[in-house]
Amino acid sequence: MNMMSVYLVAALAPLAGAIVAGFFGRQIGRAGAHWVTIIGVAVSMIASAIVFRDVMQGNLFNGTVYTWAASAGIQLEIGFLIDQLSATMMLVVTSVSLMVHIYTIGYMNDDPGYQRFFSYISLFTFSMMMLVMSNNFLQLFFGWEAVGLVSYLLIGFWYTRPTAIYANLKAFMVNRVGDFGFILGIALVFVYFGSLDYAEVFALAPDKVGDQVGSAIGVQWPLLTAICICLFVGAMGKSAQFPLHVWLPDSMEGPTPISALIHAATMVTAGIFMVARMSPLYEFSETALSLVLIVGAITAFFMGLLGIVQTDIKRVVAYSTLSQLGYMTVALGASAYSAAIFHLMTHAFFKALLFLAAGSVIIGMHHDQDMRNMGGLRHRMPITWLVSLVGSLALIGFPFFAGFYSKDSIIEAVHLSQTPGAGLAWIAVTAGVFVTALYTFRMYFLVFEGKPRYETHAASGAAHGDDAHGHHGPLNPHESPGVVWWPLVALAIPSVIIGAIAIGPLLHGGFFGDSIKVFAERDVVAALGEHFHGWLAMGLHGFVTLPFWLAIAGVALAWYLYLHRPDLPAKVQQALRPLYTLLDQKYYMDRFNDWFFAGGARSLGRGLWRYGDVNIIDGVLVNGSARLVGWFAGVARKFQSGFVYHYAFTMIIGVFVLLTWWFLRI
Amino acid sequence: MIPLSSYLILGAILFSISIVGIFLNRKNVIIVLMAIELMLLAVNLNFIAFSYFLQDIAGQVFVFFILTVAAAEAAIGLAILVVLFRNIHSINVDDLDQLKG
Amino acid sequence: MDFEKAAFYFFSAILILAALRVITARNPVHAALSLVLAFFTAAALWLLLEAEFLAIALVLVYVGAVMVLFLFVVMMLDINLDRLREGYWDYLLPALVVAGVMMMEMAVILGGRYFNLSEMPKPAGADPDYSNTRALGRILYTEYVYAFEIAAVILLVAIVAAIALTLRKRKDHKYQSPSKQVSTRRSDRVRMVSMPAEKRDPGEAS
Repeated sequence: MNMMSVYLVAALAPLAGAIVAGFFGRQIGRAGAHWVTIIGVAVSMIASAIVFRDVMQGNLFNGTVYTWAASAGIQLEIGFLIDQLSATMMLVVTSVSLMVHIYTIGYMNDDPGYQRFFSYISLFTFSMMMLVMSNNFLQLFFGWEAVGLVSYLLIGFWYTRPTAIYANLKAFMVNRVGDFGFILGIALVFVYFGSLDYAEVFALAPDKVGDQVGSAIGVQWPLLTAICICLFVGAMGKSAQFPLHVWLPDSMEGPTPISALIHAATMVTAGIFMVARMSPLYEFSETALSLVLIVGAITAFFMGLLGIVQTDIKRVVAYSTLSQLGYMTVALGASAYSAAIFHLMTHAFFKALLFLAAGSVIIGMHHDQDMRNMGGLRHRMPITWLVSLVGSLALIGFPFFAGFYSKDSIIEAVHLSQTPGAGLAWIAVTAGVFVTALYTFRMYFLVFEGKPRYETHAASGAAHGDDAHGHHGPLNPHESPGVVWWPLVALAIPSVIIGAIAIGPLLHGGFFGDSIKVFAERDVVAALGEHFHGWLAMGLHGFVTLPFWLAIAGVALAWYLYLHRPDLPAKVQQALRPLYTLLDQKYYMDRFNDWFFAGGARSLGRGLWRYGDVNIIDGVLVNGSARLVGWFAGVARKFQSGFVYHYAFTMIIGVFVLLTWWFLRI
Repeated sequence: MIPLSSYLILGAILFSISIVGIFLNRKNVIIVLMAIELMLLAVNLNFIAFSYFLQDIAGQVFVFFILTVAAAEAAIGLAILVVLFRNIHSINVDDLDQLKG
Repeated sequence: MDFEKAAFYFFSAILILAALRVITARNPVHAALSLVLAFFTAAALWLLLEAEFLAIALVLVYVGAVMVLFLFVVMMLDINLDRLREGYWDYLLPALVVAGVMMMEMAVILGGRYFNLSEMPKPAGADPDYSNTRALGRILYTEYVYAFEIAAVILLVAIVAAIALTLRKRKDHKYQSPSKQVSTRRSDRVRMVSMPAEKRDPGEAS
């Protein structure tokens, strides 16, 4: 069949759904809106599957679909680059998006903005597809900005809530900081390579190795390092790496489906995807790779620590996302691009699963998200419990589950890497395993095991969270409707099996081919491949590795603290008060940003207003010129005294002056 | 034998006297008008003197016209004065400051 | 000292004194009369300069008409002299400075060697047949006829202006105003009134 039309359908079907649901939402009603968008995304998913199969057979595509503008030697066009990397991403994005669409029917059932929500998540799917299918920097940037925009719209979906508005503005602004670096990187590419097309840029890259680019302060940077670092700044913003991570926990203000779709599975992985796509450039710059490694390592470990002290169920998963993104970034820095994409894929499934399961719990708890009010939900919500357990085991890297394969591959790859900073990164990711297990199972035990705390909580008459059902009696959590738990099951299945299935071909079977480029001296994945003997062997071996013991230790500690001796956490918190406060205040980063950047901008604005606008422009220029004219007129009017003899005197004196002047000239 | 310069200096003296007259009689409009007539007389004397000494009749023609215009101007000026007096019953210049800026 | 010189100095002295009297006289009638004297002596000086026509014209036109007009006005207006003489001598010093410097400058220029006065000797006297009037008339109606006509127009304008300014209309004067006639409106003049028709009693005499 004509593959071009398949590509176009894959990209444009969600857009069509979004447009219909967005503009005609009122006419087609709620059911109409969700049907049209689900059909759009489903069609896109089928198209992506067809593309994936086609790519597996070896048919790659790189071409222009539409030339938007051609000017002064640069072509601005819409094009598709369909290779193994983009096909994988397409499939992941559309399948997770489809699950989220179906889930939303149940989750957003009572919301007045139902059609708008579906329109937005479809629009997001379209933007993400354009991003991953792009074959040039301009379209990448378009997709980049579009997903940022839709993220803004969705975080602030309940726009009457001040916290939601604060969060969406924060997300957009922090993203903007990242985008600034991103634009600089694209501009550098444009200026020094003369083209925005991937293929052309990658082909020219080896020739530019020794080139330098000067900066404003006169320091010379190697060109490729500068480009890679600038592009990575964009990835730091979009994929929430330290220090531009501050927006992700606040983005939990949005409804849970989008936390799953955007802030776990797809949008935040755009940065990871971009670095992997740019691997032909990154391989030339060891400095940039080191930076990526270190930033990822910091994020992986320190964000995980923050997950331990959260009380909101969604925040725990959010910090977990941050930490896992750090893992992916570490893999990128170690030049294990395929491992990073592999972890991206497995993470998309089990993290979306965890988010949607958390959403199911929240529905059951009538929109109360505080874990301290939960407990014992295992018996009340069995399906949710089971899938959450599966997701948690996948997250901590329990052998045979999906997360194990990808996470352990990363840890091993970092261990083997010689890039500067790899040692530090290995310590961070290994310690991170313990921390991950600790917060994950803390969440699990608090929510699903133990004694139910919601009964005592309700009896004491405390207010519920956002209660959409208007129940005022004691809380009676029950399993969520089928529309909600079917997607959970659909996501749980890959969370178990996809790791085992995919690791062979993806990492060690040369699946990615030419879409990812690694230099031989840095190819840690190939080095890993020498020890790979199949998924079964790796799984069995997993039981005797250090990460596994650390994970078990984490689970054990969580069990001890939150199930066996629930009184202990409070005592530990008391004893380690300064440490707790540091974590609770998120390393004071939010406070700092608020004070320095936001406050600084406000002060600058106020100062400019008071001195620049009021004093200088209004006072001196506007009012001052008027006052000057007025003063001058006040002086000049004295000449018009109304007395004729004054005028006569003036004439006489004028004549006198003239006479004297002529007299002196002779 | 009266040289030209005598006549010219006489004209200068007359002119200066009339200027002093304007300065001193600033408040009395009629005297100011008379001083202006004196000024014109001085100028006419100059013209006639030059006409005689340069033997060119054009000077006298000029005086002819100056006389005409001076007469017209005196007539109109006095008409204005009369109308003014009818309205404010004073010829004091201090009362005429309605065009004050 | 020949006759010409004596005449010149005599008349100049009177002229200057009269001029001074004009500007310093308290009574404006005295000032006007001094001005008349000044004009007379100026006419005499012009005769010395062989400008006979203009000298007579000065007396006839200027003194006879303009100064009479001045005297009319002066006597017609009821002037409060006290107020007019307030602060009279205040500006004397600036006046003397300005006028004095001006005169000195003029004297230096006009009397000095800058003026090439040696090039302008006193000409020989004219013939007894020389008619200043004829000479003036000849040139006035040929070379300067355009200016002559314009001067006539100026005089006409002056007449009209003076009359227009000072004309007072009689209060009971009746006249037609065409502009008012044209601008009347029907609604100002005619009013339609609706009245029921009246029946006349047949027995009544019409």
